[in-house]
Amino acid sequence: MNDMLHQVEPLIPHMRRYARALVRNHATADDLVQDCLERAVSHWHQRREGDPRPWLFAILHNLAINQFRQTKSRGPHAAIDEISESSLRQDAVQEKQLMYQDVLRKLARLPEEQRSVLLLVAVEDLSYADAARVLNIPVGTVMSRLSRARERLQQEIEGTANEGKVVPLRSVK
Amino acid sequence: MTNRPITEDDLHGYVDRVLEPERQAEVESYLEAHPDVARRVAGFSSQRDLLRAALAPIADEPLPPELNLSRIIENRQRRRTPAWWAIAAMLLVSVGGLGGWIVRGEMQALGAPGGLAALTQEAAYSYNVYAPDRVRPVEIRASDATELVHWASSRLHRPVKVPDLAASGYRLMGGRVVATAHGPAAMFMYDDDHGERLVVLTRPMTSADQNAPMTAGSQGDVGGLSWANGGVGYSLVGRADPESLRPVANEIRRQAQAI
Repeated sequence: MNDMLHQVEPLIPHMRRYARALVRNHATADDLVQDCLERAVSHWHQRREGDPRPWLFAILHNLAINQFRQTKSRGPHAAIDEISESSLRQDAVQEKQLMYQDVLRKLARLPEEQRSVLLLVAVEDLSYADAARVLNIPVGTVMSRLSRARERLQQEIEGTANEGKVVPLRSVK
Repeated sequence: MTNRPITEDDLHGYVDRVLEPERQAEVESYLEAHPDVARRVAGFSSQRDLLRAALAPIADEPLPPELNLSRIIENRQRRRTPAWWAIAAMLLVSVGGLGGWIVRGEMQALGAPGGLAALTQEAAYSYNVYAPDRVRPVEIRASDATELVHWASSRLHRPVKVPDLAASGYRLMGGRVVATAHGPAAMFMYDDDHGERLVVLTRPMTSADQNAPMTAGSQGDVGGLSWANGGVGYSLVGRADPESLRPVANEIRRQAQAI
């Protein structure tokens, strides 16, 4: 268990961040991480050798998706802008805070499947292959979702959502 | 400089800084020559920086006590210690394996000796002992399935097949030969993506219930379905409502019959 402690503990802040950015609710996100850690403890022997990150994020992601399904069937809950006062206050500059809040609100408008790819790759620094393992999809699908996510977020940022004209280069799988 | 065309994937690789240095340089010179694409890529890069900056503070927050990993590990160990029933079950099974005389009285109360009810109970014992085991739930892992089949078949004196439950969403973890009051049995353990475990126990039926329809049964909070076909009994148990396991049990029965 010591080996597990060493490998998993440093990843908890990242798991928290991913969960919160994905479900956009502080308490729900922490519950998911807790659930994920409990499962990781009881299934530690089942992971593959090597970096435990894809394995942990896969458990976390699946828990989050189940959570989405449940809340969906119970009706949507109010979105919460979680990157709130406490964490950003010391960052001082009011304007920056507004920019951050704004980009997160725009991120939230992406479909879940695009949001998760973007978060795993661009924020959590998972390789494309590891993101594919987490989401249980081919790498080619990771790339096309990543491309759509960036395109769409850019349109949101530039205020041209739904009217942008973009000619993407061809994608080689 | 290679002549490979720059692809959309390269552009994302460039934004995420995962390209080989040589390719990185190629993309750079491409972007110099194509200001439209360069503008798009610059947009992706700045959105990446913005997202990282916006989300960075979350990873710096102090962890709440619920996410203290040492505590989670400790709690789990504490929960598992007073598993007297598992120890009792293990004793019962091993005594049964040696002589069978203590257990027999109990089994008779449950139905025909060695019948389906006994089989269900044996499967539940195995579940209680092995499924919570996080160190070594199985003796032989799924990667050595051939060895597992060979071992089980030789101890049960008949060909044993490992059910494939992938279509039902359960992966084989592995298995072992276990002792029951009615001789050796083969135990196979499976889990799904959420870590839910199932145990399949199979052994020759000693006397009663050589053929028996699928019957639900449970022992404490472990339950499942048992049946027998041509003198071989099967029991599928888990920590779930027995009826919810019926599709999986049907699949096992189907595979066992298709020889």
